[in-house]
Amino acid sequence: MNPTNPLILLVASIFTHNIALVYILGMCPFIVISKNFKTAFGMGVAVVFVVTLTAVITWPIYWLILVPAKAEIISYLIFICVIAATVQFLEMVIEKFFPPLQSSFGIFLPLITVNCIVLAVCLFMVLRKYDFIQTVFYSFGTSVGWSLAIIVMAAIKEKLILVGDIPKGLRGAGITMIIAGLMAFAFMGFAGMITLQ
Amino acid sequence: MPKKQFKRGIKHAKWFKALTAGLWQDHPTFCMVLGICSMLAITNRLDNAIAMGVGVTFCTAFSSLFVALFRNTIPSRVRMLAYMVIIATFVICVDRFLKAYFPPISEAMGPYVGLIITNCILMGRAEAYAIKNGPILSFLDGLGCGVGYSFMLVLMAIVRETIGFGTLLGHRVMPTAWTNWVVMTIAPGAFFLLGVYLWIFRTIAKKTET
Repeated sequence: MNPTNPLILLVASIFTHNIALVYILGMCPFIVISKNFKTAFGMGVAVVFVVTLTAVITWPIYWLILVPAKAEIISYLIFICVIAATVQFLEMVIEKFFPPLQSSFGIFLPLITVNCIVLAVCLFMVLRKYDFIQTVFYSFGTSVGWSLAIIVMAAIKEKLILVGDIPKGLRGAGITMIIAGLMAFAFMGFAGMITLQ
Repeated sequence: MPKKQFKRGIKHAKWFKALTAGLWQDHPTFCMVLGICSMLAITNRLDNAIAMGVGVTFCTAFSSLFVALFRNTIPSRVRMLAYMVIIATFVICVDRFLKAYFPPISEAMGPYVGLIITNCILMGRAEAYAIKNGPILSFLDGLGCGVGYSFMLVLMAIVRETIGFGTLLGHRVMPTAWTNWVVMTIAPGAFFLLGVYLWIFRTIAKKTET
């Protein structure tokens, strides 16, 4: 098992090892949904919820069922099914019991199924052999880190409307990439605080 | 004269359109901005990029083929899950193949092989094309998109590896006096380079966003 302290893991996954800006994952929604602050925030909250929940569910499935059964080969298949099922389930629960939430974050749930970071968290958790407590902290930290990045990006892009003279070909995705690069530089400032193996 | 006619015939044939749409007209990266994650993360070395490109092409082509084969039997409510299962099957094949024959590349790519499953290109092609069209056309469409994507991967990797490491496929290409730009090997360099590529290609293709 991995000896890292869960609290260190939490800080590391938010800042020094930010999944969006260091591992470059979850980019499709990062580009498309970061157009305004409010939707980015809704998406961020939904992602925190789904990622933490799926990691908590997949950990016992992998270590208690798949590993003893020597069936690691189908782990991708199982992870994907668990993610899709969790998202579907969460969607139904929200629709049934919390209808006011439906409009603010229910609409983002189907999109999360194809968000790479949900699967990425499951894969990293297996690859680095985290125990259950570490998994909880790691998945929560990772999703908070991703949400932080998309919220900051949306805030910057809202201000970008004030800048009139961006070259035509660079508008939209192009300028988003450049801003993401600058943000990645900023997050590199945290590096060195903590090193993970 | 007959040659010209033949050429025009090919250009308007359905299969030809399906195959070439992904290469330029609807290029997955710079028109639809899909599949960016793996594109940025593994293109710091050319060999990884080639492995990724071949893997993605294989998965897109065959998952499109199988989605098209089963398109009349997949109930529309669970079609996303059905795509996922089909895609995951092929990704497992690629993962096992790399582990068996190219262990160093598999090691270097780490979880990014598994993440081909959530590469939006595969899902996008299944939803936008394969579910409505026949198996052969879908296969060609998937192949075209995969090749278009790989081309972009290689283009990124060539620049990043030469500037970042001074090598190409492990061979030294830059003069010894060359100082490596470490920034190109890590995340910010990848973002900047893709931003510049998007700028260039969108200007050439005249596809701009407001």
